[in-house]
Amino acid sequence: MTDFLAKQRALGLKKSERGTEESPFIKWTLIAIALAFCLVFLLLPLVNVFVQALAKGWTFYWNSLTHPDSWAAIRLTLLVAGICVPLNTVFGLAAAWAIAKFRFRGKSVLITLIDLPFSVSPVVAGLMFVVLFGLQGFFGKWLAAHDLKIIFAVPGIVLATVFITFPFVARELIPVMQATGTEQEQAALTLGANGWQTFWHVTLPSVKWGLIYGMILCNARAMGEFGAVSVVSGHITGQTDTMPLRVEKLYNEYNAPAAFAIASLLALLALFTLAIKTLLEWRQQREYQKAQKELIAR
Amino acid sequence: MTRKQFSALPGFGLTMGFTLLYLSALVLIPFAGLILRACELSWADFWRLATSERALAAYRLTFGASLIAAVANAVFGTLLAWVLVRYEFPGRRWLDAMVDFPFALPTAVAGLTLASLFAGNGWLGRFLVPLGIKGAYSQLGVVIALIFVGMPFAVRTLQPVLENLEREVEEVAATLGAGRLRTFVQVIAPSLAPAVLTGFALAFARAIGEYGSIVFISGNLPFKTEIAPYLIVMRLEEYDYAGAVALAIVLLVFSFLLLGAINLLEQWSSRFQH
Repeated sequence: MTDFLAKQRALGLKKSERGTEESPFIKWTLIAIALAFCLVFLLLPLVNVFVQALAKGWTFYWNSLTHPDSWAAIRLTLLVAGICVPLNTVFGLAAAWAIAKFRFRGKSVLITLIDLPFSVSPVVAGLMFVVLFGLQGFFGKWLAAHDLKIIFAVPGIVLATVFITFPFVARELIPVMQATGTEQEQAALTLGANGWQTFWHVTLPSVKWGLIYGMILCNARAMGEFGAVSVVSGHITGQTDTMPLRVEKLYNEYNAPAAFAIASLLALLALFTLAIKTLLEWRQQREYQKAQKELIAR
Repeated sequence: MTRKQFSALPGFGLTMGFTLLYLSALVLIPFAGLILRACELSWADFWRLATSERALAAYRLTFGASLIAAVANAVFGTLLAWVLVRYEFPGRRWLDAMVDFPFALPTAVAGLTLASLFAGNGWLGRFLVPLGIKGAYSQLGVVIALIFVGMPFAVRTLQPVLENLEREVEEVAATLGAGRLRTFVQVIAPSLAPAVLTGFALAFARAIGEYGSIVFISGNLPFKTEIAPYLIVMRLEEYDYAGAVALAIVLLVFSFLLLGAINLLEQWSSRFQH
C-alpha cells in the first residue's frame, strides 16, 4: 500500500486527487461554513459585549462600574469566588488523592456522585438549598429562632456556588493523578519523607498544571454562576446581588449600557480563563512533541 | 498492581473521610432534602402540580428547543471538529481556542449579548427581523441560546476521536477505488457515530437545565416562551414550594435518564477507539 501512495506522490498527485482528502472546493466550503458559524455564535456576541458597553463613552462606562451598587456586586462576587475556589480545591485534592492513589470498592459510584452537580439544572440546585434552609424549609424554623439567615443572604449564595462548582477541581485532578501513578511517592516514602512532605514535594509539583486548570475553571464558573445564585439570593440591591444578578437587574431596568459594562468584566474573565487554558494546552503539546522527538533521537 | 503496593501510601483515611464528609454535606444532603420534600406530596398532588397546563407548555418548549439545538450542534459541531482536525488554514489555532468560549462565558452575559444581537436594532436582528426571523423574545431565541451553550460539548467530544482515527483505513478505501463520499459514508461515519451521539446527548442534557442565557433572550411569556426552569423560579417567587419541587423532580428524573444514556454511549464509543 505504501508503494501505491509513493507512486501517487511521485506522479505529483495532490491529496484530494489521491482520494484521501476532499476536493478543494468542498474543503473550502466546509471551512467557510465553519467560519460563518463561529462568526455568528462566537465572535459577534463577544465583540457586541464591548461595543455595547462603551456605546455611551468611557465616562459612562467607568461610572457604571463604580456605581455603589455595582461595586458592591463586584465585591460580593470576589468574596464568593474567594471562598468557593479554596474550598473546592482542598476537596478536589483530597478526593483525587483517595481515588487515584488507592483501590477500594465503590470507586466508580463515588466518581459518579462527585459529577452529580454537573447534571443538575442550576435552578434545581438553588431550590435544594431553599428546601433545606428557606423559611418553609427543613431547618427554616430553627434558623429563624436563632436569628440566622442563609437563604436570601451571603451564606446561601456561597453554598449554591460551592454546589455548582463542586466537581471542577476533582475532575481535572483525578485523571492527572492516576496517570502519574504511585511510584514516585513510594520512592519518596522509602527515602524517609513523611506523608505531608511527599504530598508537597512530590505529588503537588507533578499535578500543578492540572490543579491550576481546575481552579481557573472553578473560578470562572463561581464568578459567573447565575441560575442557582438567582434562586437563593433574594436580589437585595447592594447586598445580595452578584455581578451576573446585577447585569440582569440593570437590564430589566432598561439600563442596557450599564448592564453591558458589568457584563464586559465577566467577558474579560472568560477571555482570561480561555487564554490560560489555551496556554496550558499548547505547553502540554510542546512537551509531548519534545518527548516524542527525544524518543525518536534515541 | 496489587493492593499491597497501593496501601503503602499514607492518608487514605484522612482524604477519604474528608471527601465523604464534604460530599455528604454539600451534595447528598441537599439532594436528599429535595427528594424528602417531594415524598411529602401525595401522588395525586404531585401529578396535578407536575402536569398543569402551564407546566406542560414549559416542558414542550424546554425539550423541543433543547432537541432542535442539540441536533443543530451535532451537525455544526461535527463540521467544526472536522474542519479543525483535518484542514490547515490561517487562524485555525485561534478558532480551536475560541470553541470553548461559550463554556467560559457566564450564561447571563451570553443571554444578554445574544438578545441584543438578534433584537430588532441589533447587528443581526436589523437584517433578520425584516425577513420575519425573530431571534429575540421568541421560541427561536431559546434555540439560539441553547445552540450557543451546547456547542463546545459537541465539538470537544468528537475532536479527540477524529484525531485518533487511523488515516490508513481511508487510504485503503481510496486504493480499493472508493470515492471520497463513499469513504466518508461507509468508512468514516460509522466510527464517528458514537462520539457524535455522545456529543448530541451532552449538549441536550446541558440544554434541558439551562436558565441564565434563556432568561434574557426568550421574554419568558407563560405558555409561549417560558422554559421549565423559569417556571420553577416563578413558583418559588409565589412561595409555592410544592409546585417548584414537583417540577424540579421531573427535570431531575429526565437529567438522570440522560446521564445513564450518556454513560452507555461512552462505553459504546470507547470500544471504537483502539
